[in-house]
Amino acid sequence: MAFRYDIRLSGSGGQGIILMGIILAEAIGIHDGRFVAQTQSYGPEARGGSSKAEVVVSDGEIDYPKALQLDLLVAMNQKSCDDYYMDLKPDGILVVDSTLVRQVPMSRAYRIPFTGIAREELKREMVANIVALGALAVLTPMVSARAIESAVLGRVPKGTEKLNREALKAGMRAARKTKKIRFPEAISELVDEDT
Amino acid sequence: MKKKPLKERLLQGNEAVVEGSLSAGCRFFAGYPITPATEIAEQLSVRLPQVDGTFIQMEDEIASLGAVIGASLAGVKSMTATSGPGFSLMQENLGFAIIAEVPCVVVNAMRGGPSTGLPTSPSQSDVMQSRWGTHGDHPIIVLCPSTVRECFDLTIRAFNYSEKYRIPVILLIDEVVAHMREKIIIPDDEDIEIVNRVRPTMPPEWYIPYEDTPRGVPAMADFGEGYRYHVTGLTHDVRGFPTSRPDEVDPFIRRLFRKVSQNFADLQIGEHFHVDDADVAIIAYGCVARSAKRAVSDCREKGIKAGMLKLNTIWPFMRTDVEKVLRQAKVVIVPEMNMGQISREVKRVNKGEAKVFTINRVDGTIITPQEIMARIKEVY
Repeated sequence: MAFRYDIRLSGSGGQGIILMGIILAEAIGIHDGRFVAQTQSYGPEARGGSSKAEVVVSDGEIDYPKALQLDLLVAMNQKSCDDYYMDLKPDGILVVDSTLVRQVPMSRAYRIPFTGIAREELKREMVANIVALGALAVLTPMVSARAIESAVLGRVPKGTEKLNREALKAGMRAARKTKKIRFPEAISELVDEDT
Repeated sequence: MKKKPLKERLLQGNEAVVEGSLSAGCRFFAGYPITPATEIAEQLSVRLPQVDGTFIQMEDEIASLGAVIGASLAGVKSMTATSGPGFSLMQENLGFAIIAEVPCVVVNAMRGGPSTGLPTSPSQSDVMQSRWGTHGDHPIIVLCPSTVRECFDLTIRAFNYSEKYRIPVILLIDEVVAHMREKIIIPDDEDIEIVNRVRPTMPPEWYIPYEDTPRGVPAMADFGEGYRYHVTGLTHDVRGFPTSRPDEVDPFIRRLFRKVSQNFADLQIGEHFHVDDADVAIIAYGCVARSAKRAVSDCREKGIKAGMLKLNTIWPFMRTDVEKVLRQAKVVIVPEMNMGQISREVKRVNKGEAKVFTINRVDGTIITPQEIMARIKEVY
C-alpha cells in the first residue's frame, strides 16, 4: 500500500494557517512531485476561533483526504497544541510556536518562537506562518527548502517577496539551531528511496 | 500544432469547478457570494471577462438564477453557485428552468443546515432538497464529485447534460470537496467532449418551440435570433402558450420525465471499487466516498471482502447499480452526513436481499474511515 504522511497545521483564525497549508501542499505536490490532498477547517470568524489545515502526502492516489494519525503537528497557539497533540503517532513530530505555546505536553517537541522571530527580526508579526514554513523545510524530510521557497514566492502578494524570503531564512536558521530529534526510521528509509 | 507541456496545478474543488465550467463553454455567471461556494464567484469574476464572458454579482440568489435563465435563453451557457441558504431561495426559479426547459448549471456547495446552519462545515443534507426542493412533479439531474478532478469532469458533464436534455443540472458538492486542494492536470480543450444544445434549422415561421420529438427534447432557439416564441412558468402547449387542456398538459409533463428516464444509461455514472465480489458493500457519495474507499482498502488487507459503489449521479437514483449491489452483498452500509437521505432510497429498492445499515453524522464533521470500519465489524 502507498505510504501516507499526515500533517496538521493549527492555530487561531488570522494566523495564516490555511495559507500555510496551501503553500506546503503546493511545495510538496507541485515542486516536489508527490500526491497531496489539502483540507481545512475553520470557524465563521475572520479572526480568532480555531483554524486548522491538513496536508496528506502520499506516493499514490489519496483516498481519505483528512489527516488520520499525525506524523507532523504544527501548533501555533496553546489551544491547538492541547487539542491535537493526542492525535500524534507514537513517532510523530510536534512543532510549536514557543512564543504562544508556553506549556508543551511532551518532551519530544521542537520549540521555536515563530511569532517572536517574526516580531523582532522581521518587524512583521504576520509572517510568523512563513517563518514556521522555513523551519519545516529543515525539520521534515517531506519537503525541500527549494520547493518551499518557490511555493511561497508563488503565493504571496507582489512586493512582499523580500520580506517573505527573509522570513523563510529566519525560520530555517532557527530550526537548524534547535536540538535535533532523531527521525523515525521508517520515514528516513522512505525518503532515502526517493532521493 | 505543438502540444503545450502538461502543467500540474494545485487546485481547490471550487477552482476546478471554475476551470470545468470555462472548458465546457460557460460564458455567463450571476451569483451571490456564500461560504463555502464563494471561490467559484470570486474566480469567475476574474476569468469570465478574460474570455469575453459576463460576470454579475446579483442582489440575491433569486435574482441570480433569474439572470442565469435569461442568459441561457439568449443562447449563452450559464451557471450560478451557492450553498444551502441560497439554494433554498433558488428553488422557485429552478422550477421555472425545469418547466421552460432552460439549460443551466446550479452548483450547491453543501454546508450544515437548516437555515444559515454551519457556514464553514461540511454536510450532505441537501440531497433530497436537490431532488424535490422545488414544487411540482419534475425530473432533475444531480451530480456529486468527491475529488478535485471529478469537480472538473462533472462540471463539464453537468453542462453537457443540461444542453443535451434542456434541463437544469445541479452539481452537489460539499464543503470538504469544495475547499480541498489536490494536484490536477487540466486536459487540453481538444481532449474534452462538449455538447451543445440543438438549435432549430427550419425557417422561424415553422419553428414549434416545445414540439414533442422521439428524444423528448425540442430544438432551442436563441432569443433575439428571429425565432419568436413564448416562455412561461405556466404549463404550456407546444407553442409555449399557457394551457390547462388535460390532453396537452399530460403529454407535456410526461415528456419532461421521459427525456430523463429514457436516458438513464447516459446519465447514471458511478464508480465500482471492489464491489463485484463484495460481501460487505458500502454505498457512498461525495467526500464520504473517500473515507469509504479507505475503509474498503483496510478491510481487503484484513481479508474482509468489502467494496464500494460510489454514486457520481445522485439523481436520477442509480437503481440498477444499487440493486445489483444489494443482490451481491450480504450487508450494505450507507454512510452519509445527514439523517439518512440516500439510505432511504437504498432501502426502498431493497427486496430483502441484503441487510441495509446506515451511518449518519450531522455534527459538521466528515465520517472517518475508522467509523466505517467499526460499523462493518459491528454488523458483519
